[in-house]
Amino acid sequence: MKYFTQLFTDLDQTTKTLDKIKALVIYFDQANDRDKLWAIALLSHRRPKRTVNASLLGLWASELAGLPPWLFEESHHIVGDLAETISLVLPPPSEISETSLTEWIEFIKSLEPLTIDQKKEKILWAWSRLEPVQRFVFNKLITGGFRIGVSQQLMVKALAKHAEVKENIIAHRLMGNWSPESSSFQELVLSHDTLDISRPYPFYLAYALEGEVSALGNIDEWQAEWKWDGIRGQVIVRNRELFVWSRGEELVTDKYPEFHVFLDLLPDGTVVDGEILPFKNDLPLSFNKLQTRIGRKSLTQKQLKEVPVAFVAYDLLEWQGNDVRDWTLQARRNQLAQLCASGSAVLRLSPTVNVNSWEKLAEERQRARELFSEGIMLKRKNSVYRDGRRRGDWWKWKIDPFTIDAVMIYAMSGHGRRANLYTDYTFAVWKEDQLVPFAKAYSGLTDEEIREVDRWVKRNTIEKFGPVRSVKPELVFEIAFEGIAKSTRHKSGIALRFPRIHRWRKDKPIREANTLDDLTKILERVS
Amino acid sequence: MITVMFGDWHNFELQTSNLGLRSVLYHLKNTMPLLEFNDRGIYCRKAEVYLDPWKPVKRALITHGHGDHARWGHEHYLCTTSAGPVIQHRLQLTQQLQTISFGETIHINGVSFSFHPAGHIPGSAQIRVEQNGEVWVFSGDYKLQPDNLSEPFEPLKCNAFISESTFGLPIYKWKPQHDVFSEINQWWKKNQAEGKVSIIAGYALGKAQRVLRNIDASIGKIFVHGAIETITNILRQQHLEIPPTIRVTPDMKRKDFNGALVVCPPSAVGSPWLRRFDPFSLSIASGWMNLRGARRRRGADRGFVLSDHADWDELNIAIRETGAEKVFITHGYSEVFSRWLTEKGIESAEVKTRYEGELSEIVEGGDPDTSVNDPTENAA
Repeated sequence: MKYFTQLFTDLDQTTKTLDKIKALVIYFDQANDRDKLWAIALLSHRRPKRTVNASLLGLWASELAGLPPWLFEESHHIVGDLAETISLVLPPPSEISETSLTEWIEFIKSLEPLTIDQKKEKILWAWSRLEPVQRFVFNKLITGGFRIGVSQQLMVKALAKHAEVKENIIAHRLMGNWSPESSSFQELVLSHDTLDISRPYPFYLAYALEGEVSALGNIDEWQAEWKWDGIRGQVIVRNRELFVWSRGEELVTDKYPEFHVFLDLLPDGTVVDGEILPFKNDLPLSFNKLQTRIGRKSLTQKQLKEVPVAFVAYDLLEWQGNDVRDWTLQARRNQLAQLCASGSAVLRLSPTVNVNSWEKLAEERQRARELFSEGIMLKRKNSVYRDGRRRGDWWKWKIDPFTIDAVMIYAMSGHGRRANLYTDYTFAVWKEDQLVPFAKAYSGLTDEEIREVDRWVKRNTIEKFGPVRSVKPELVFEIAFEGIAKSTRHKSGIALRFPRIHRWRKDKPIREANTLDDLTKILERVS
Repeated sequence: MITVMFGDWHNFELQTSNLGLRSVLYHLKNTMPLLEFNDRGIYCRKAEVYLDPWKPVKRALITHGHGDHARWGHEHYLCTTSAGPVIQHRLQLTQQLQTISFGETIHINGVSFSFHPAGHIPGSAQIRVEQNGEVWVFSGDYKLQPDNLSEPFEPLKCNAFISESTFGLPIYKWKPQHDVFSEINQWWKKNQAEGKVSIIAGYALGKAQRVLRNIDASIGKIFVHGAIETITNILRQQHLEIPPTIRVTPDMKRKDFNGALVVCPPSAVGSPWLRRFDPFSLSIASGWMNLRGARRRRGADRGFVLSDHADWDELNIAIRETGAEKVFITHGYSEVFSRWLTEKGIESAEVKTRYEGELSEIVEGGDPDTSVNDPTENAA
């Protein structure tokens, strides 16, 4: 695991893209094919099946380090990562092993049938043979959630250099259904035939528009569409089989039985990019409705009836078995329009917003919320379909978020750098004379403001509950959020999407904060 | 025996040795604790003095010159001879500052005070307070590992010990200083080979000089931010041997920094001041760098785990060695650390103070001691 740990350390020690690519290329040049394949898998969030319960790992580590469990938990809270906490508290190893990445993964997989006591013995043995960074990597192999700061795009660049294959080809090969257990490095990266008929194309992702929309130039060069608030998806029909992929590279075909009609609507060798949306009586529904379907293992007839879905198609990636991503958007769109002309309620062409000036488009954008849309997508008409998140040809021009003024009532300390600092806050709004908590938020303040709030919290604590402090209701913040839904799990009866601190309203006394009624009114508007 | 004025109220007798005459004029049998904690700082009621107070008081005994311990606005200051020049400079003190050597005792209204090395930064002290055989020690900030710069930590026996706990969690354990400096030297050489300037950020007082003193100065030229040069020169005048440094001035060009190391205060991180060094590799030297999240969020290329505070093991050793029956835990993970001690059978309590430990080393613009807009830079 020496090379992989070195790779991890190198990646961790730089914030610069070029250095990261260099480190990856060095790794790919050094490691054997099995290890390489596992490294690619780990960097693209695939990992071996979990064979040991994470809380047991914590328990064994605190025992070995001679710490009471509560102190281990406090430490875990500060570090914010179990694997790292364990690697930091354990005593130094007695020897260093030369075991490879793949061998350690095999070791972890071999734990599955063992009893808890046997697992414990094996894990303690492993810890005693790994130095701290290796231990961290080893623990991460078990617990998952490696966040190494390497995007798919970056890994693709490095692999392309190492294997001397074009980037877009590598990007495509790494998509979809493969696992280091069933593929070889040869098959995955170097072979030329695509055996996997379910393999999707890498999604092209847009950045948020920065600055004035008019800076994009002539509006005639752009295609405007609604930005839908659903689940990005790719529909593939090949060899009389249907595959539906979500953007998270999850195969979700079975979750949307409505889409089976695509086998009749689309010929073999067709791949369509679009949005999975709840759609009823020719109108889109709120994303909240779709959420009642996501995550369900099996769908009831009632759910299918109440929240039917449609696929709103906006791009064509494969046609008649050929990759057409290098056609212009206009050409792809023309072909797509013909495909969607059947009048099916399930396969819909994403309508364009046709206006002749940026001012008129801005007016249209104001209507977005009525259509359960998040704003406008702008796509350059003569652009090709690229992979990954890129600037230039696609932009999302979102509507402004909802905002509400709220009172801070609880504060919790942060993790890592922000350990020791109160950075996570709970906010409340008025319900008559009471403050009802409705949202937690932490991002959005400058470091200077965080320090100021932290000092204030330490001096205005009413009560402590573990890491949480209740504070004197005095500070008012403007909270921005993207959506709102009913919730039975929250005291306030509502749940927000992406709440964050917009700004600190030092000018507002707490009496002028918003009320629960105000929130309910927003809810009524969007439901 | 020397009699000095400390403040304008009393004459106190200063002894050069502990063996001398004990000048206890009255002996009040009271149950009042020797030191207490109030909203101004740590207070000795009997002697009417404060230790490291955070609000203006009449008489302040100061452990060391960091901004959260040595504050503005007191009428009279007392600190060690070696901490004096920096404190005098930073707080612009003239008549109000008196100094005392390590190990000397000053008697104030029947209470004996003496300063002993805390190993934190040059001149930093623990303050020992004694009355009628009862001994309290206030640690200020301290570390046990010798740093080759500060007067090494002196273990003191006491009845009550007031300890910091900046790094009072078992996730904070430091490597030997030698290992850390090998990493730093290696990083500097690697940057040199890649045509990058090496920038290392750390407190202007203490950390910066520790880096300068222990780094392999034969690798290349060393530049420093004006705020660091000022402090370093004050310490040089106190005969601390620190390798030659060049102050960064606005007229310098990028080529002047080829292959060089630049030492700057934490407040320079993320500021336009750094632009002149591009391309560079930025590192931060701080105990917080022991956590991956802290390293990553800070946006530095490297984090070197180098702290002037005791780590988990050192805190435990230091407290055990004092033999104290009662331990008060100030800034840091005071609540957790105090509970840990109590479970270990050491009577312990958490105390609220306004000391910050190494906190500002990790918060942008947070170093209370230095500003990026170095006022001396433009004057030059």
